[in-house]
Amino acid sequence: MPAEPLLTVENVSFAVRDNLILQKVDLRVRTGEIVALIGPNGAGKSTLIRIVLGLLHPNSGRVSLQPGLRIGYMPQRLTVADTLPLTVRRFVTLGTPASREQVRNALAEVGAGHVLDAPVQAISGGELQRVLLARALLRQPDLLVLDEPIQGVDLNGQYELYELIGSLRRQRGCGILMVSHELHLVMAATDQVICLNRHVCCSGHPDHVARNPAYLELFGIEGARNLAIYHHHHNHRHDLHGTVVTAERRDHG
Amino acid sequence: MDEFLARALVGGCGVALAAGPLGAFIVWRRMAYFGDTLAHSGLLGVVLGAVLGINPEFGVIVTCLAVALVLVLLQRQRRLAADTLLGILAHTTLSLGLVALAFLETVRVDLVSYLFGDILSINATDLGWIWAGNLLALGALTGLWRPLLAATVHEELAQVEGVAVFPVRLAFMLLIAIVIALAMKVVGILLITSLLIIPAAAARRFARSPEGMAALASLFGCAAVGLGLWASTRWDTPAGPSVVVAATTLFLMSFTVPSRS
Repeated sequence: MPAEPLLTVENVSFAVRDNLILQKVDLRVRTGEIVALIGPNGAGKSTLIRIVLGLLHPNSGRVSLQPGLRIGYMPQRLTVADTLPLTVRRFVTLGTPASREQVRNALAEVGAGHVLDAPVQAISGGELQRVLLARALLRQPDLLVLDEPIQGVDLNGQYELYELIGSLRRQRGCGILMVSHELHLVMAATDQVICLNRHVCCSGHPDHVARNPAYLELFGIEGARNLAIYHHHHNHRHDLHGTVVTAERRDHG
Repeated sequence: MDEFLARALVGGCGVALAAGPLGAFIVWRRMAYFGDTLAHSGLLGVVLGAVLGINPEFGVIVTCLAVALVLVLLQRQRRLAADTLLGILAHTTLSLGLVALAFLETVRVDLVSYLFGDILSINATDLGWIWAGNLLALGALTGLWRPLLAATVHEELAQVEGVAVFPVRLAFMLLIAIVIALAMKVVGILLITSLLIIPAAAARRFARSPEGMAALASLFGCAAVGLGLWASTRWDTPAGPSVVVAATTLFLMSFTVPSRS
């Protein structure tokens, strides 16, 4: 019997005034599972994440977390004001008090041990993403929620982050829900891809890039090892406003 | 030293002590104009106090809090940008205060002393209020420090990590209202924000941690009060504005010291 999901989203709809942003969305994340949420801009990915985190409340539907579940969250885009003197060491403990030893270990685990005493404004985009990951890990999370973790990171850094996230799942066994802004490429370790455009358009397993020589040439060995291609299988289309256009309606003009 | 001058110094330092750390948060959260708007509404609070026959400081605290709540509610709409909203409220409340003052025929209020401070007239009772209020504010801020700092860096991340963001923000606004009410006597409604943000801005270059910056801001604030009072007696200039000019001088001097990092 499969384990109870860490996170269950059932039939969730969300609207701002008359503007329907999410319609009857279902989502499950189990222990040790990596679920990638993909979709175009304005598809409601961040809204869904914020509903999962309890920052927004759905108009209808249910979000249930396993009792006692600890969530580690890595937000999209974080800039610390230059006026605030804050070292990386202080930054990662803002949410969770931790000993020097624990901080050192968490930063070492994500490969950011060298920025321990640097001002948090002075580190690179890739380092900041790792530091954010370390802050999430200090909470000993059962579920990691990552909102576009590779955003603003150069290509090599992206592959390294994907490898790191994959290894975190292996070592810690936590479930991972991540948002990706790519429509066809997800990290290789992804178990399930959910394509969202206000509603769940389709979902399934991605195909490994490394098996296909053409992709291998396109992405290189490093890229191919860390990426997977997702083939969409939609039975409908969206018009410019994001409204669903079904095959039948298209036939009739 | 004259006794009134000593009282001015002790009172001014009492305010600067709490204004430092609170001002640091205002700088970090980019809320300078917000603080200014609350301060501008202070005069309305003075009038309210006179009408209800209560202490003007209580009137100011109540009015500042009301304006802060109105701002929080108004900022939920998207039609007007936050700075436009602040500009409207700041000047409307100040003007309303002046208009309301004109209707108060029975009560005489020394307008200039409320607008620009009257630090040299601080008496022993004022001193008691200033120190009690500011120590209370400082104590409350210490208790609020961790969650407020986390929310200042990233509000949603802090909320996911268990910080009750909204109550923390309200408590922070209450502290600003209290310090504004108590600082009114020292630099006046129109200059209060400067006592909050200039010492904090001057401290930035020397600080390596948030706590260090807050402590240094208190220290610079006290130094500005001392310097300003000295200059005011030396050249017979208005005391409140002299304190602000002294703070700015310290801020400018901070650039001449080579930074450590």
